[in-house]
Amino acid sequence: MKRIIAIFALMMFASSILMAQGYKIGDKVSDFKLKNVDGKMISLSDYKNSKGVILIFTCNHCPFAKAYEDRIINIHKKYGNLGFPVVAINPNNPEVQPEDSYDLMVSRAKEKGFPFAYLFDEGQKVYPVFGATKTPHVFLLNKKGNDMVVEYIGTIDDNYKDASMVKEKYLENAVDALLAGRLIAMKETKAVGCGIKVKR
Amino acid sequence: MIIGRNIIFIIIIIGCFVSCNPDSRYQKIPITDFNGIANWFNKQNDSIYVINFWATWCSPCVKEFPYFERFANENRNRKIKVLMVNLDFPDQYNKRLIPFLKARKSKLDVIMLDDPAQNTWISRVDSSWSGSLPATLIYGKGERTFLEKELTYDDLEIELKKQLTNTNN
Repeated sequence: MKRIIAIFALMMFASSILMAQGYKIGDKVSDFKLKNVDGKMISLSDYKNSKGVILIFTCNHCPFAKAYEDRIINIHKKYGNLGFPVVAINPNNPEVQPEDSYDLMVSRAKEKGFPFAYLFDEGQKVYPVFGATKTPHVFLLNKKGNDMVVEYIGTIDDNYKDASMVKEKYLENAVDALLAGRLIAMKETKAVGCGIKVKR
Repeated sequence: MIIGRNIIFIIIIIGCFVSCNPDSRYQKIPITDFNGIANWFNKQNDSIYVINFWATWCSPCVKEFPYFERFANENRNRKIKVLMVNLDFPDQYNKRLIPFLKARKSKLDVIMLDDPAQNTWISRVDSSWSGSLPATLIYGKGERTFLEKELTYDDLEIELKKQLTNTNN
């Protein structure tokens, strides 16, 4: 019995370390396969012809995510053709946050006409690998050879409330830098977001 | 003498009608930018500070909110200051925030933080904070704990015990 408890404690400890990790700038990203709102499975390796991917953990329910929906659509329209399409992932457990169920993702994507993939992190296995903690949470990936490498982590811009008041477009500046072969000035930024919903 | 006592009694009653009106306190919830609360994060005195970041749309925040009420109430004789920093959007002030506090008859100190410069102020609260809600900072003399997760009542008690070993509270 004691041994079982010890093993269990060790497993909890190990998993807590894994949870606390996540990608840092410069890390290579492992591939994943998740279901898109059109029912098809999507992997990062499907984007082999692009220059990179703008990966955004986002969701239906969160007011910050909603405030950025139109901006994310515009970013995809602007950068998709330049080789950096948006891939959105909903990391929440719908048992905890019913608005973020797969079915409601499908309706939201239709309503807003999302031009990008909106994937469901079923079983919540992908977001901990990235170290995402909230929605929205952006990871800008740049293709180097056969690898996708993290180049920017953080938020989209400096005003969640009002797109017209934005002074610094952190994410767009980072993509522009990659496209121009320049160094990214701000590689990490912070913003308030909705904590990712997990069962306790 | 009797008249004097009655007058004092009446004054107390009237005073209570004015200040004890349970609704009036909720109309005074301040809205501020980060500078308005910046001095809450580095106080150096005998008190223990518990500062929670929350919003009415954040379900784990709403779930833990009563624990902070109970915590503040049960430790009201200690030098403990609890501040609930609300991050609802300002257009939700009358629609969500005030009705939420009224419905709970909450006695906690609440302040609405309206400051889009999040990339600057999040790190000033705690360098480890990624920005997700809920989040709670607990500090006193010495020990400083930042918890970026939903708390239970036990979590609050454990943190309080840690703090009490550092202070003469």
